[in-house]
Amino acid sequence: MTHSPALASERPASAPPLKKRANPMKRKQRLAAYLFLVPFFIVFITMLVVPLVYAGYLSLFESKLIGGDVFAGLANYVRALTDSAFLAGLGRVGLFFIIQVPIMLGLALFLALALDSARGRGSKAVRLLIFVPYAVPAVVATLMWGYLYGPDFGPIAQISRAVGLGTPDFLSPESILGSMMNIVTWEFVGYNMIIMYAALRSIPAELYEAAEIDGAGQFRLAWSIKIPAIRPALMLTVIFSIIGSFQLFAEPSLLNAIAPDAISTSFTPNYYAYNLAFINQELNYAAAIAFLLGVVIAIVSYFVQLAGERRERVGLAERGIEP
Amino acid sequence: MNKKARRTAVALVTGAVSIGLLVTGCTPSSSDESTQESVSQDDIDTAMTTPTKLTFWTWVPDIENEVALFEAKYPAIDVTVENVGQGLPHYQKLRSAIEAGEGAPDVTQIEYQYIPSFVLNNSLLDLTAYGADDLSSDYVDWAWNQVSPDDEVWAIPQDVGPMGNLYREDILTAAGITEPPATWDDYAAAAKTVKDTTGSYISNVGATQAGQMIGFLWQAGVKPFGYDGSETVSIDVNSDEAKKVADYWTDLIQQDLISTDVDFQDQWYQGLASGKYAGWLTAAWGPIFLQGTAEATTGLWRAAPLPQWNEGDEVSGNWGGSSDAVLASSENKIAAYELAKFINNDEESAMRLATEQFLFPPQVSVLEDPAFVDQESEFYGGQKVNELFAEISQTVDTDFQWLPYMDYVYSSYEDTVGTVIADKGDISGALDVWQDQLVKYATDQGFTVE
Repeated sequence: MTHSPALASERPASAPPLKKRANPMKRKQRLAAYLFLVPFFIVFITMLVVPLVYAGYLSLFESKLIGGDVFAGLANYVRALTDSAFLAGLGRVGLFFIIQVPIMLGLALFLALALDSARGRGSKAVRLLIFVPYAVPAVVATLMWGYLYGPDFGPIAQISRAVGLGTPDFLSPESILGSMMNIVTWEFVGYNMIIMYAALRSIPAELYEAAEIDGAGQFRLAWSIKIPAIRPALMLTVIFSIIGSFQLFAEPSLLNAIAPDAISTSFTPNYYAYNLAFINQELNYAAAIAFLLGVVIAIVSYFVQLAGERRERVGLAERGIEP
Repeated sequence: MNKKARRTAVALVTGAVSIGLLVTGCTPSSSDESTQESVSQDDIDTAMTTPTKLTFWTWVPDIENEVALFEAKYPAIDVTVENVGQGLPHYQKLRSAIEAGEGAPDVTQIEYQYIPSFVLNNSLLDLTAYGADDLSSDYVDWAWNQVSPDDEVWAIPQDVGPMGNLYREDILTAAGITEPPATWDDYAAAAKTVKDTTGSYISNVGATQAGQMIGFLWQAGVKPFGYDGSETVSIDVNSDEAKKVADYWTDLIQQDLISTDVDFQDQWYQGLASGKYAGWLTAAWGPIFLQGTAEATTGLWRAAPLPQWNEGDEVSGNWGGSSDAVLASSENKIAAYELAKFINNDEESAMRLATEQFLFPPQVSVLEDPAFVDQESEFYGGQKVNELFAEISQTVDTDFQWLPYMDYVYSSYEDTVGTVIADKGDISGALDVWQDQLVKYATDQGFTVE
């Protein structure tokens, strides 16, 4: 199942390496490519790498209001791994990821497939409509939903009371996570749908023709051709969603104003790190928390990707295709 | 010993001493500055006639008007007013600027409870050398104690929030109550009557509003916090007296006679305007704030002192208020001090703060000025609300201190007591948890807890 060894042995290791002397034209093009990349790397290094290294450096110290900074080695990391507030927050975003992401991506996939099979008939308008929430900043979206959720004057509660169903409490400690999932789903369904839809559009039409000749219906087409074909795009949305879920910040920090009893200062790891840094004045510990969160995201992403690849290989093998 | 060897020896000794100072954590602090000569009138005259640029961080709306008075008096001084946010965002930016060593203003607005946290890292200038001591008699005692807990003076008081009781006369009358409740027992009884007859809550206690609850504790004589100005704090938020207050509110909340909506949110604004709450236990800045919030109820409100724990007492607490401080990093200390002083001490400026921006004044002169106290308020049925709060202002316990980490105190309150209030639980029990968290934080941060 690995790459066939025959391929690697086609060219003996002892053979002289192929000479790749770039002609002047090629060299110029390559230079241009690097020039185009420079702005990205400048921003990447100054805005990401340098702060990251600095945060890593900070996380090795212990700051106290009395006594100042002391080198602490990995003490902050040890503290974080035994900090029930941090672990609970991590569990919360884990739960969020497990429940919300499948719902959101399932919905996005369904919409993308629906749009793709009904090409032409008003699909542009529908596409835009579903995508619009993504254009609304998370802050505005949260404020808006905060109003919609309101127990006294929120329209949902008013309608619910009018039809005799009582007042739903979207902002109680029990339901706040669900309410937040709803906001995030609303925000990002369109975004994910566009990624999937774009991938669907790039599937060669011959595949459809072949399938139609074999008598495949729309469902069979979607299941056997479209979804396998856009697997890389699906994986991309999953990875984005992992990062997004674990970094949840704007929603809890804003909903905290209207539901402070339901959202503690350590509700999500990111929000916790923010509060540690700016409220508790524990910058160093906050840096350690942020670093650990990054590590967790990397690990989860890695395993999800690994599982995805394995499934792809199994899937291909089942259909008798050697990768 | 030859010359060179001696020099080496001296260098070694000096080095050892300075390392010793570093090791013992002896940073240059206010104790060094207090030995400094006081500033002479000549110095002041020179400073105030030299062209100078000052930066002033404040969130008071239209304070440019008062700054203009200052600039008119001292044409050489050019003041830039910047609003970097109110409350928490303001302090975050201030701390970042101080930490970064640049970008901090010369003069900053600061609420009383945050002064100790800035004193702790030597960020504020001790104003005694500039003559701030002489101002003490211009202010009500307890307000002055807020900016000058010991011998130093850290800021000039700007406004205060002595607490009182705003209530809907029409709703109370409909419930058959003609006098505002004088004691907390009366208040509890009235709460029941009002709820049974009119359906309104007699008032709302914001679930996560630490400021209001601390004000109640302040009134009850509780001394929850203490700070000696260096490394020792005392924390006693779960004393018997504090639990007496906590049990009182637990009881009313569990009987559903007091609502616990989060304050300063839509829900709460609507509640004030719609009669869901028949009153608001608030500070002296509350009357004008309410007037802007519940315009439709003009003429229906009245103001009264807080109910008392013992009949015949006249005691209140404080909720809110702020001051103007000079940062130790300012390069124009004299001019900066003169600005902080002028804004809050000049007769015209202080009067305008009180009558145009409706900041409740701590200045004795304004509190006694007929132009201020005799104002009749239509919203309160023609009552002289300023006069009432000026009287209440004299009844606030003078001896109340804060911890040098109030940001954490408030956020921890929200997580512990606030959550319990929202869930209609036992507030006394939550005070114990809060106490534990505050003590743990203090210990972790290297304070000695008494």
